[in-house]
Amino acid sequence: MKKTVFFGALTVAGLVAGAASAATLDDVKARGSLNCGVTTGLVGFAAPDADGNWQGFDVGVCRAVAAAVLGDPDAVEFVPTTGQTRFTALASGEIDLLARNTTWTMSRDVDLKFEFVGVNYYDGQGFLVPKALGVTSATELDGATVCIQTGTTTELNLADYFRTNGISYEPVPIETNAEGQQQYLAGACDVYTTDASGLAATRATFENPGDHVLLPEIISKEPLGPLVRHGDNEWGDIARWTLNALITAEELGVTAANAAELSMEPGNNPEINRLLGTEGELGAMLGLEADWAKKAIMAGGNYGELFENNIGENTAIALARGLNAQWTDGGLIYSPPFR
Amino acid sequence: MSDTPVTYVRKEMLGQKAPPTSEVGPVRWVRENLFSSPMNAFLTILSLYAIYVVVSHVGPWLLNGIWDAESLTECREIIAATGDGHHSAACFGVISARWHQLVFGYYPSELYWRPILALVVFLVGISPVMFPSLPRKLYIVTLAAPLLCFWLLWGGSIWFPVSIALGFGVGVVAHKLLDENVSALAAIIGAIVLPLLFWLYLAGPIASGLDSVIPLGIEFVPSRSFGGFMLSIVIGLSAIVISLPLGILLALARRSDLFIIKTCAVVFIEVIRGIPLIVWLFTAQLLLNYFLPPGSSFDLTLRVIIMVTLFASAYIAEVIRGGLAALPKGQYEGADSLGLNYWQSMQLIILPQALKISIPGIVNTFIGLFKDTTLVVFIGLFDPLGIASAIRATTEWNGIYWELFLFIGIMFFISCFSMGRYSLYLEKKLQREHR
Repeated sequence: MKKTVFFGALTVAGLVAGAASAATLDDVKARGSLNCGVTTGLVGFAAPDADGNWQGFDVGVCRAVAAAVLGDPDAVEFVPTTGQTRFTALASGEIDLLARNTTWTMSRDVDLKFEFVGVNYYDGQGFLVPKALGVTSATELDGATVCIQTGTTTELNLADYFRTNGISYEPVPIETNAEGQQQYLAGACDVYTTDASGLAATRATFENPGDHVLLPEIISKEPLGPLVRHGDNEWGDIARWTLNALITAEELGVTAANAAELSMEPGNNPEINRLLGTEGELGAMLGLEADWAKKAIMAGGNYGELFENNIGENTAIALARGLNAQWTDGGLIYSPPFR
Repeated sequence: MSDTPVTYVRKEMLGQKAPPTSEVGPVRWVRENLFSSPMNAFLTILSLYAIYVVVSHVGPWLLNGIWDAESLTECREIIAATGDGHHSAACFGVISARWHQLVFGYYPSELYWRPILALVVFLVGISPVMFPSLPRKLYIVTLAAPLLCFWLLWGGSIWFPVSIALGFGVGVVAHKLLDENVSALAAIIGAIVLPLLFWLYLAGPIASGLDSVIPLGIEFVPSRSFGGFMLSIVIGLSAIVISLPLGILLALARRSDLFIIKTCAVVFIEVIRGIPLIVWLFTAQLLLNYFLPPGSSFDLTLRVIIMVTLFASAYIAEVIRGGLAALPKGQYEGADSLGLNYWQSMQLIILPQALKISIPGIVNTFIGLFKDTTLVVFIGLFDPLGIASAIRATTEWNGIYWELFLFIGIMFFISCFSMGRYSLYLEKKLQREHR
């Protein structure tokens, strides 16, 4: 009896929840903090430091959205999610935004009913080889032994790539990234292949990272980006345009350091003025304050600054911008205009 | 013939001689135990060599361990500076830099005294149960301990735990009044229903009312800040403490003659036990979310504690049922012939014997349960293993494995080994037969 009542109550609560979850922006404002789903720990992208403060490239997106909506980059509750729990956490409303190096695929966007609001990192499968091997391109890898995680898409990508190029390889199956590192360092394989950002992070842990190089070829598409639930387009717009604001800020040369100064009064560049809210009504269209983008940029810097501070060439991970350069520099990072 | 007597019998005793050196002390022990046959001698030498190989590799690694380094890179620099290039050393700097996270998770560091005090309260509370020689007055602490620990760990207003405690008071008073004035059955029902109603409808308003009059409380710490061994211990100990009484009730229910009670107990035990713990944890994490309104704060850690408790109680119930089944029928009949009612006979005769038989099984289940708390890493909680991978995910410590696992292993071993030792002590103390 009691159980029936309990489950009845749960069902009613669930229905109410479904009806009430439409206005995420209001929920976030009422709560005073943004619930942001992140990974439980990935080098450079999200990890808590010695004081328990979350740091990283994906964390920067969370903080920017929190700053845009609530004016405070620290008003974020970071909810660590695993590969299994991330989508349910978002679908059930436990988190408002998922910024967890998640690849944008059609089935996730359409079938799982999520909305990817953009791409903050273009990843792809790459190759790590010892410098001593003297290889400068993946096409020279004919006959190489390759350490590869079994049962993943990387395995299929690899087979496709070598077949397309008409060269052969010998796979050395491994289970986890940790095992991959050990096998590769022990010389069990000539080449280690997985996502390029993962390879860079792995190389950074080696005793002599300089003895190993990432080959220039990237053989698969892994666009990683933040995502929100279907059904609340206003909230999706806020997340999308916050990310776009960071990208546009880099393009226009607005940084965390000069954003405050540039937003004192309208300058000569009308797009900067619209972005920083000294001209036009862009903030009000989103239901935010006029200086929302300024706050988002000042939270952790523009896109380029976030990249440089967390995963860029001056960090231990030392990722080159590559595909993630601005479109003006030959990359894919491109924001629609602020107009 | 000479008169001289031929002495062929010794007249005085010889002093005792020491046995041959090969037959006493370490030499004999070694000869008998290690070199009693060529095969054994060979195996001994082989084992000694194996031990030498392990120790000669692991020993220097441990002893040269570097404790003061801020990152793996720094560690490697120190090793390169001191050694000859082939020199290996553990980098325990990760432990000295991050031990507080491994132990307390992300609990605010200025509040570390609270979980420590909660553990002390818990130990004092449980001591009269574990060691009967202690003064009985300590049971007051035992009664207050659960709510006190809850308040110390999570913090917030003191009136919330107080109003929960009031609910128990309501139950006791209701039981007393109804038992005297109506009937025993009404008393039992009243003692269950009235506190539930109190908690559902009155506890909240009373707590917030009192809080607005006299705001008294300590800083609230959300469950998300819990982590490391603190999280394991909170989940493990809550589950252990609650699952034991629950398991006893389930075991009794399963052996009951009342059809409905028996069926409920069987279904509960078989369903809970028949599904892996990790599935229950995913249920707690994922499914319950769909039913609860978003933002409703039915805390994930509490959900996990409830699931782990239910899981453990099903196992405990079966262990205790084994103990109950091991008792000769004469014990039950003897209790009946004394004119004891069901609860009296259980309390005075059956359970003390059944529980004593079940001690190794119960402690075994508890040890397993405590180690199973590491499964919560899969639902995104930061148990020690989760913290370890979070530490590895920082650029300073990426690539460090053994030192962290060693630390976690040692901590778990200490906890589980002490539980095992206590179980042995209890068995010896309660031994009554075969004297």
